[in-house]
Amino acid sequence: MSSLVVETPGLLTTVQDFGREGFGVLGVSASGAADAVALQIGNLLLENGAGTPALEMTLTGGTFLFPDGAVICLAGGNFGAQVDGKALELWRSHAILPGKRVVIGATRDFARCYLCVAGGIGVAEFLGSASTHLLSGLGGCQGRALRKGDVLPIGRLERNIRRRKLRAGVLEELKPEKTLRVTRGPQSDWFPEEARRILVSGEFVVSEESNRMGLRLDGPRLAARENKEMISEGTPLGAIQVTPSGQAIILFVEQQTTGGYPKIANVIGVDLHCVGQLRPRDTIRFEEVSLAEARALWIKQQKLLSSEERLFA
Amino acid sequence: MRFQAASDQALLVYLGEEIGAAAHEGVVRLLRLLQREPITWIRNIQPAYCSLLITFDAAAADHAEVQAKITAYEKRAETLPVAKARLLEVPVCYGGEFGPDLEDVAAQHGLQAEKVVELHIARTYHAYFLGFAPGFAYLGDLAEEITTSRLETPRKEVAAGSVGIAGRQTAVYPFATPGGWRLIGRTPLEIFRKDREPMGLIAIGDQVKFRPITRAEFLAMRRS
Repeated sequence: MSSLVVETPGLLTTVQDFGREGFGVLGVSASGAADAVALQIGNLLLENGAGTPALEMTLTGGTFLFPDGAVICLAGGNFGAQVDGKALELWRSHAILPGKRVVIGATRDFARCYLCVAGGIGVAEFLGSASTHLLSGLGGCQGRALRKGDVLPIGRLERNIRRRKLRAGVLEELKPEKTLRVTRGPQSDWFPEEARRILVSGEFVVSEESNRMGLRLDGPRLAARENKEMISEGTPLGAIQVTPSGQAIILFVEQQTTGGYPKIANVIGVDLHCVGQLRPRDTIRFEEVSLAEARALWIKQQKLLSSEERLFA
Repeated sequence: MRFQAASDQALLVYLGEEIGAAAHEGVVRLLRLLQREPITWIRNIQPAYCSLLITFDAAAADHAEVQAKITAYEKRAETLPVAKARLLEVPVCYGGEFGPDLEDVAAQHGLQAEKVVELHIARTYHAYFLGFAPGFAYLGDLAEEITTSRLETPRKEVAAGSVGIAGRQTAVYPFATPGGWRLIGRTPLEIFRKDREPMGLIAIGDQVKFRPITRAEFLAMRRS
């Protein structure tokens, strides 16, 4: 078995795939890649399955040694990856010779970069997924972020990989935006008209206290009309819940599965990958769309991502 | 039954508007039928006190279709017999280092610590749902006399097995996680183990009773 050796792990690097959806009854949230679109394209460029496990790096990269060589692809934010001082372009496959190390720096644009490897990262699955769930210490590499000295098995190359190229316009269409589209939340009528207006007209800043569980937003307060006690209920991915002090929190991939704060709105499916690319101190806005518009956009995005002809030149 | 769109890919189904046995029985019946006869486009079901959050594949169905299908399921679920609940006993060493908030909780209610423990063990609790973290069961209802608010500032880390109370609920922390519930004791049992089937000790619909044990018993059970 070939392997990857972690020489420096970076700020927070975890093994992620599409996550384990469907275990809400056990209290398990899906986890999975924060930017599932980047993960998918990175994998497809290597002819991997779309949700093959990869390394998700956060704000800074790390140094990874490939003793037996590998074919890799970097997808998502540009973290300035190099081999022997030579830059590795994003969104294309690169052959790494045996004994070479990939050195990945700090982000120049977005929050997360994926290091995809042909054949994938081989870790034991928990409930059908390799995704790391940090809060409960399950999945991925011993349920935790990577550390110096970790050795991860990687897939062996069975054949040559075609050098695939993305079609012009694909990256532009899937570029992470800082205006997030939302639909109304299940408790949106708990909020005064004024709060709902501020949500879609104000600017919010992603707080430093944001992680894979949720993004706390600084900015205008959105307090509910009355401090009505809410009965805890299931919380969808991307829900914008509001604390009694009026702070908005976007629930994200490692979210609590249930919650008792009113939800004013919900980020739509096609924009969830944009949430995964937000950095602390980024300024964001919200724009309301209808359920029907959100659904049409979702079907369009799914069609693009599942069509080799549309993705690759 | 009431429906509410929760996101572009999720629908909330309310089977009541309060915390109680009747609404929750409806939740469990509908859940059991959806588990027995799965619908292909349902991606996740999250039960809670009186609701189910249904996450679905939006390319395959829209809210109206999900609503129609769930309505038909619910009609049939009403006639399903509900299996008799399991009764689980959870041993707990109360107070001291294992229950750092026991004295505070007692003082807040003008009770002796022993009385708080007595009230906590007197009831058989109903497992309403699992949430927060894998295996974390929301157990209710706590006796009114010891209903206590969450901590103002949650702890950064709560030891695995800690028994906490918050509002009219009680729970056992399956993992060392951050937590804001008031801790009154700890169990030596492993609440969640990924190498066990089932992984979680407590499941939705179970009945749970707590039994007080000494520190020596706690340590002996831990070792075995």
